[in-house]
Amino acid sequence: MADTQIIKRIIATDCGSTTTKSILIEYIDGEYRQTVRGEAPTTVEKPLNDVTRGVLNAVTELEELARLKYNDPSIKFTKADTINITDNDEGVNAYVSTSSAGGGLQMMVTGVVARMTGESAERAALGAGAIVMDLIASNDKRPNYEKIERIRQLRPDMILMAGGVDGGTTKHVVEMAELVGAADPKPRLGSSYKLPVIYAGNNKARDAIKETLEEKTDLIITDNLRPTLEVENLGPARDKIHDLFMEHVMAQAPGYNKLMDWTKGPKDGKLINIPIMPTPAAVGNIMQAIAKRYNIEVLGVDIGGATTDVFSVFTENHIFNRTVSANLGMSYSISNVLATAGLKEILRWVPFNIDESSLRNMIKNKMIRPTTIPQQLEELVLEQAIAKEALKYAFIQHKEFAVGLKGGQRKREISEAFSQSVSGETIVDMMSLDLLVGSGGVLSHAPRRNQSVMMMIDAFLPEGITRLAVDSIFMMPQLGVLAEISEKAATEVFEKDCLIYLGTCVAPVGKIKPTKTALSAKIELPNGEIFEEDIKFGEIRLIPLGVEETAEATLKPGKGLDLGEGKNQTINTTLHGGVVGIVLDTRGRQPFNLPLDLNERVPLLKKWMSELKAYPEKILV
Amino acid sequence: MAQAYSPGMKVTENMILKKERILPLKGTVLVKKGDKVKAEDLVAETLLPGKVIPFNLANKLGVTPNLVDQYIKIKEGDILKKGQVLAESKGFFGLFKSVVKSPLEGEVENISTITGQLLLREPRIPVQITAFMDGIVAKVIENEGVIIENKSAYVQGIFGIGGETIGKLKMLAKQPDEIIGPDKIDDSCKDKIIVVGSLVTYAVIKKAQSVGVNGIITGGIDDSDLKKLLGYNIGVAITGHEDIGITIVTTEGFGEIKIADKTFQLLQKFDGYKTSIHGKTQIRAGVMRPEIIIPLEFTEKELIEPDNTMSELEIGTTIRVIRQPNFGIIGTVTALPEELTAVESETLVRILEAELENGEKVTIPRANVEVIEG
Repeated sequence: MADTQIIKRIIATDCGSTTTKSILIEYIDGEYRQTVRGEAPTTVEKPLNDVTRGVLNAVTELEELARLKYNDPSIKFTKADTINITDNDEGVNAYVSTSSAGGGLQMMVTGVVARMTGESAERAALGAGAIVMDLIASNDKRPNYEKIERIRQLRPDMILMAGGVDGGTTKHVVEMAELVGAADPKPRLGSSYKLPVIYAGNNKARDAIKETLEEKTDLIITDNLRPTLEVENLGPARDKIHDLFMEHVMAQAPGYNKLMDWTKGPKDGKLINIPIMPTPAAVGNIMQAIAKRYNIEVLGVDIGGATTDVFSVFTENHIFNRTVSANLGMSYSISNVLATAGLKEILRWVPFNIDESSLRNMIKNKMIRPTTIPQQLEELVLEQAIAKEALKYAFIQHKEFAVGLKGGQRKREISEAFSQSVSGETIVDMMSLDLLVGSGGVLSHAPRRNQSVMMMIDAFLPEGITRLAVDSIFMMPQLGVLAEISEKAATEVFEKDCLIYLGTCVAPVGKIKPTKTALSAKIELPNGEIFEEDIKFGEIRLIPLGVEETAEATLKPGKGLDLGEGKNQTINTTLHGGVVGIVLDTRGRQPFNLPLDLNERVPLLKKWMSELKAYPEKILV
Repeated sequence: MAQAYSPGMKVTENMILKKERILPLKGTVLVKKGDKVKAEDLVAETLLPGKVIPFNLANKLGVTPNLVDQYIKIKEGDILKKGQVLAESKGFFGLFKSVVKSPLEGEVENISTITGQLLLREPRIPVQITAFMDGIVAKVIENEGVIIENKSAYVQGIFGIGGETIGKLKMLAKQPDEIIGPDKIDDSCKDKIIVVGSLVTYAVIKKAQSVGVNGIITGGIDDSDLKKLLGYNIGVAITGHEDIGITIVTTEGFGEIKIADKTFQLLQKFDGYKTSIHGKTQIRAGVMRPEIIIPLEFTEKELIEPDNTMSELEIGTTIRVIRQPNFGIIGTVTALPEELTAVESETLVRILEAELENGEKVTIPRANVEVIEG
C-alpha cells in the first residue's frame, strides 16, 4: 500500500454510459472524507467522441465547488487540458477512474460442461466486471451449427474459453475451439484488430488450441480456471481479462488512450499509472475490502434502468460473487420485469384495484419514455411494486449463481450428510447476512427513505438481524478503484460518507399461527424510553432510532421461530439506527406468504405500509 | 434561465432527409452518385457466408480421429456437391467398406485430425438493400452502401413493430380521436398504409393483415392486443424485426391516445401520397424511433441540410404530456420555475407550468413532457 500520509487530495471519476461522476476525497484531521462531488454528461459518443471532455467537465465542477468551499481561488484541479497532479496544495495527489461507458465489457464464455467449467468461466468473467452475453458449452443442447451462428452474431469484446481439468481429455475443448474458429468472430469495436480469446482450460490441450485459433484470433493462454473439479482458480483468468480490457477494449474507445495516461497516483514514493477498472469490478473490490475489514457478510444491489447488478460477499473466506440481470430494470427493461414476474406477482404488492389493461399500458409507456417520473402517488406505488419484483428476480438469479463448486467429490462430515448439504448449494445465507446495501434511482431517490426500506425488505426478505443502507450517489465504484492505491482512504470514506444507514430489520424465521406471538421485544432507546411488546405473527413495527444511535435489545422469538441463534433462542444484542429506524417484521420467513385473496391482502398491505409510514395516509385508507 | 433541453418528436411538412443504406458485410453498390432512385429500387447487394455445419467424419467412418487423414478424399477449400464422397474406409479384404457422402452442397471449411470433425459451409446467401425512400443518391460508400437524400414530410413515431414497407397513404379516420372498426377495412386498403385514429384494435389489425394492408399508423395500441398479436410479451424495446406481414407505427404510445392534431393534419394533407414507414424502435444506446416518410418533389438546389438543433423548452413552447395525469394532451409552456417542487407522489422535481389545449392550467415535472418539434 502507498504511504497514505502524502496523499492529501484524490479525485476519482466513474465514466458511465450517460454520466461521468467525480468525487473529491481529502485528508482532513487525520481521516479521509469525501468533500465535494460533481458530474457531467459522458462524451464518448458523437459529437465529441472523446471521454476526457466529460471527465474534464466533471472535474472542473469539483474545482469550482472546492474553490467556493475553501474560498481559495488558487485551487487548480485541471491544467493544460489534463488533471493537475502535483505534490503541493494547488492540485491533487492522485487521480483514479472506473469506466462502464460504451456498454462496459461484453464477453462470451465457453466451457465443456455448462454447470461446471462453463459456470466457472462465467464467474471469472462476471467477477472481472463483464456482461456475459452467452455461455456456450459442449453439453448445452444447441446443435453445433446454431452455436457457430450465435458466436458469429454476438460480436463480444473478448471470449473466455474454459473446459476440462488439467491433464484430462482434450477432445471436447478442442471441438469448442473449432466452433469458435469456424464462426470467425469479429470484435465489437472495429474490425482493425483480431478478437482477443483467453484460453483457461485443460493445459494438455494448449498446443491443439494454438493450432486451431492462433491465426484467426488474438490468443492468450493462461492457467486453467478449473485445474481439478474440486478447485476453482479464477485469479489468472480475471487478471488477463483486466489486461485485455485496458489494451483492447479501452484503447478502442474514443479518448481512452489519453485517459489511461492521466490516471496516476503515488505508490512506494513514485508516481505510477493506476489502471482504469471496469465499474462492476471496482464495486467488487470495495465490497470485499469492507467485508474483510469488519469481518461481515455484505449483499449489495444496484438497480438501473436497463440492468440490475447484485454483489455479495459471503462465508468466512469472503467469497465474492456478482451477477448481472441484464434485462431487469426500471425503464428500458421495465416491460421485461412484467414478462418475467407476471402481472399477478406485481399486483400482490399494490394496495388498490387497478385493471390489467391500464397497468400493462402504463408499464409499456414507461419503457418507451424511460426518463419520465411518477407524478401521481398511485403511479409511484405501482413503480415501487415493479421494483420489488425486479429486485426479487435479480436476487433469485444471484442465489442460483453464488454456489459452491459442482461436480467435485467432497469428503462430507456426518453432520453435513444429515443436513443434506450438497455441493452446488447457494452460499447466500440471509440469516448470517450483516449488511444489505441498495443503490440505483428507485432505491436511492425514493421520495421517502421508508419506501427504500420497504422495497428492500419485501424483495430480499432479510432474516434475523440485518442492517440496511443505501449508497445515495453510488460512490462504490470510485472507492473500489481508490482501494488500489489506498485501502485506508477507500474504507474510511465508505464508512463515513458513502452509505446512508436506513436502520435495522429484525425478522424471525419460520411460520406460526397469526394469533400466536412471533416476537417478544424489549428495546432500550437512547432517550430512556423502553419499547416492549409481544408482537403477533403477521405484523410490522417501526421504532425510530437515529443515525449513529444504538439501542440495547432483548429479542425472544416465538415458539418454533429462529432469530439466528437457533429455534426459541433469545438474543441480547445492540441494534443500530438510521434515517428510518428499527423495523420489527413478524410476517414470516421461509415461507413469506401474502394472501392470494384480494379482500384479505389489501387491508394487510395497507396496515404494513401505514405502520412503515411508506406512503401518505390518503392512499392507505 | 427560462429554457431547458427536452426530448422531442419531430413532425414536419418539409425537411431535407438523409438515409444511410448500408450492407451488413462488404459487397457491391449498384447505383452511382446523383442517380434518382425509387424506394423499391435495389441500391446494393452482397453474399453472406453460408451456415457452417459440423460433421463428425471419424464417427461416420468408425475410426479414431487421427486416422481420418488416411481415408479422406477431399481437402480444405474444396467445393462440394450433395452426395459427393467425403471419405472411404478400406475395410477388411474389401468387406465392411464404408463410404461417407456429403450431406449438403457447399464448401469444406476445416478438417480436424484432433476431433475427427469436418466443418462444411453451406452456399452463400444473397442480401439486397433497397433505397427505401424515393430520392437521389447523395453519396456512395464504396463496397458498403449509399446515402439517399430527399425532401420529405416527416413524422417520428414513438413505438412500432415490423420492418420497412412502402405504400400509398390512406386516411380511414376522419378525426384524430376516432376509433375505427374492422368494417372500415376493405380491398381498397390493399398495399396501402392506413391511418386509423386514437387506437388500433386487435380486430382491425387482423382484418388489415387479411386484406393485405402494408402498414398502420395509429395514436395508440393496447399492450394486451400487442401480446395477442405477437404471441409474446415484448421485454425490452428493441423492435422492427417482427415477421407479421404488416408494420405498425404508433405516434403517441400505449392505450387509447388521440393522434396529435399537428400530426393528424399533416397526414390528412398528404392522403394518397406514396409513403415509406418502418417500426424499428430501440430505446437504449443509439435511440431509434419509427419513421413516417412522405417524399416530396424537389430540385437539387433545395437539398441543403439545416443545422441540427436541440429542442428547447421555453415559455410558449408547444409540448405534449407523456405521463399521467393528462397523458397525450398538448399544451403550451407558461412558466419554468427554477426551484425544486414536490409533486403529488412527493417526488422533488423541476417542474413547468403549462396551459393545456382544453384550457386547464397545470404544473408538470419537466421530465414528463416532450417538445413537439417541427
